[in-house]
Amino acid sequence: MKILVPVKRVVDYNVKVRVKKDETDVELDNVKMSMNPFDEIAVEEALRLKEKGVASEIIAVSIGLPEVQETIRNALAMGADSGVFVNCTSKLEPLSVAKILTSICNKIKPDLVIMGKQAIDDDMNATGQMLSAMLNWGQATFASKLEIQEKKIKVGREIDGGIENIEVNLPAIVTTDLRLNEPRYASLPNIMKAKRKPIDEIQVKDLNIDIAPRLEILKVEEPKSREAGIMVKSVDEMIEKLKNEAKVI
Amino acid sequence: MKTLVVVDHNNNKLEKSTLNTIKAASQLENVDLLVLSDSCKDICNELINIKNINNIFINENDAFKNQLAEDSANFIAENFKNYTNILFSNTSNGKNIAPRLAGLLDTMIIPDVIEIVDKQTFKRPIYAGNAIATCKSKNKINIITIRATAFEEAEIGNENVGKIQEIGNLTSNNLSKYLNSELTKSERPELTSADIVVSGGRGLGSAENFQLLEKLADKLGAAMGASRAAVDAGYVPNDWQVGQTGKIVAPNLYIAVGISGAIQHLAGMKDSKVIIGINKDEEAPIFSISDYGLAEDLFKAVPEMESKIN
Repeated sequence: MKILVPVKRVVDYNVKVRVKKDETDVELDNVKMSMNPFDEIAVEEALRLKEKGVASEIIAVSIGLPEVQETIRNALAMGADSGVFVNCTSKLEPLSVAKILTSICNKIKPDLVIMGKQAIDDDMNATGQMLSAMLNWGQATFASKLEIQEKKIKVGREIDGGIENIEVNLPAIVTTDLRLNEPRYASLPNIMKAKRKPIDEIQVKDLNIDIAPRLEILKVEEPKSREAGIMVKSVDEMIEKLKNEAKVI
Repeated sequence: MKTLVVVDHNNNKLEKSTLNTIKAASQLENVDLLVLSDSCKDICNELINIKNINNIFINENDAFKNQLAEDSANFIAENFKNYTNILFSNTSNGKNIAPRLAGLLDTMIIPDVIEIVDKQTFKRPIYAGNAIATCKSKNKINIITIRATAFEEAEIGNENVGKIQEIGNLTSNNLSKYLNSELTKSERPELTSADIVVSGGRGLGSAENFQLLEKLADKLGAAMGASRAAVDAGYVPNDWQVGQTGKIVAPNLYIAVGISGAIQHLAGMKDSKVIIGINKDEEAPIFSISDYGLAEDLFKAVPEMESKIN
């Protein structure tokens, strides 16, 4: 079984992002970048399937500026076998990313695509579902449990109120939720080994896909801030405030 | 210009956030509703008195019982591609189906909308709510999911307004199959629509200690929530999680106990009307957004609070 894992380079999870003064975007200069945490979970899940002998090959793909090759190298250092780098200088929306991934899937024909449920920069939560639609494959979003069976997968999905178990025919798209697994750290020997693993480069223009954005970002602004209130000294004072000042209990 | 709201429900009852989504849709034009279920009658009864709607389209089919994304998205794409706007609530169903529909119709989804500026311009949070983007759509069809806490509920009148009409035929593609659900049973109100939420973090230290909070929640008639740290530590189920990767809540009163206040958590609760923080660390970031803060040991403060609230 061949597994494709799309990985995205995003602002690191621990960075407190700030809006640019001119309100065109958030500040991205000199900010630590990392693999999207949900994508790390996707890579980990693929590795576990390979270790169980279910998967035979794991390919990591990333789209963007040459820097995204670092993110592919991270996936290779974790244990993926090879990478695909789609060189693209324009900013992409999930719709365009899904179209590019459709073309990659048609070329390398994976049996399963495992990817993060959302990227923590634009918080779109869309690419996996769009890719499934374009390929006319089944989808299992927000997965917290994944089991491979003959020609199908069984997936536990995080839904409002609990877990839903579904079966999806292969090939399929799985998008990962937090509790699916805890990703490993790449060991030093594996980081060294990853440097020799192959990364294929594709130019996005060679794919002949319409990647023009459909949403024009007019403005990026700070959210309304909330001011700190007061510190109370005791539980009694807290209850008094809630009853008589805020009138919420 | 026609606007469709895809109704979220559990086959018996309306998912409450649908009312907020209908309210949001009323800022657009000509609102119709769509109910896909194996049994539409009870849900239609809840919808029929809502003000300012035109048609309630229904399709009753066993295949819709579990709202599998593949069937729902195909059906909507086939029958409603002449609409200008198609809205979903940003629930787990909405998040599952809406982007697939957008993929089928070659349109860029506009997820988690918190404000409709005009008919083509929408505001949505990015970076876990640390920034708000204003997007102008160049789509032919806008597929939108609505953050319920940012909109009021649609008004319900006394007259039957909506006209119920059957529509379409489903051709199932049988790509996936529902097996079963493991739903968390709870007597407490639903987290996203509760008036009061009591939420715990890593400071609780164990699953057992959460019972302290549950007692307080039950006394207040509150829903239970938690930070991602508490979920990751295995203290509580994932569907209690409030934050960027969990649920977005905006109750009248949010009680954060033993929660430091990571940005990912604040993203999920900072629109609450009144926030109180209880944390023994007086430098905890949670106090910077709390209306009332109490820097005290939670194991002392929470039982005391529980005993003194009547």
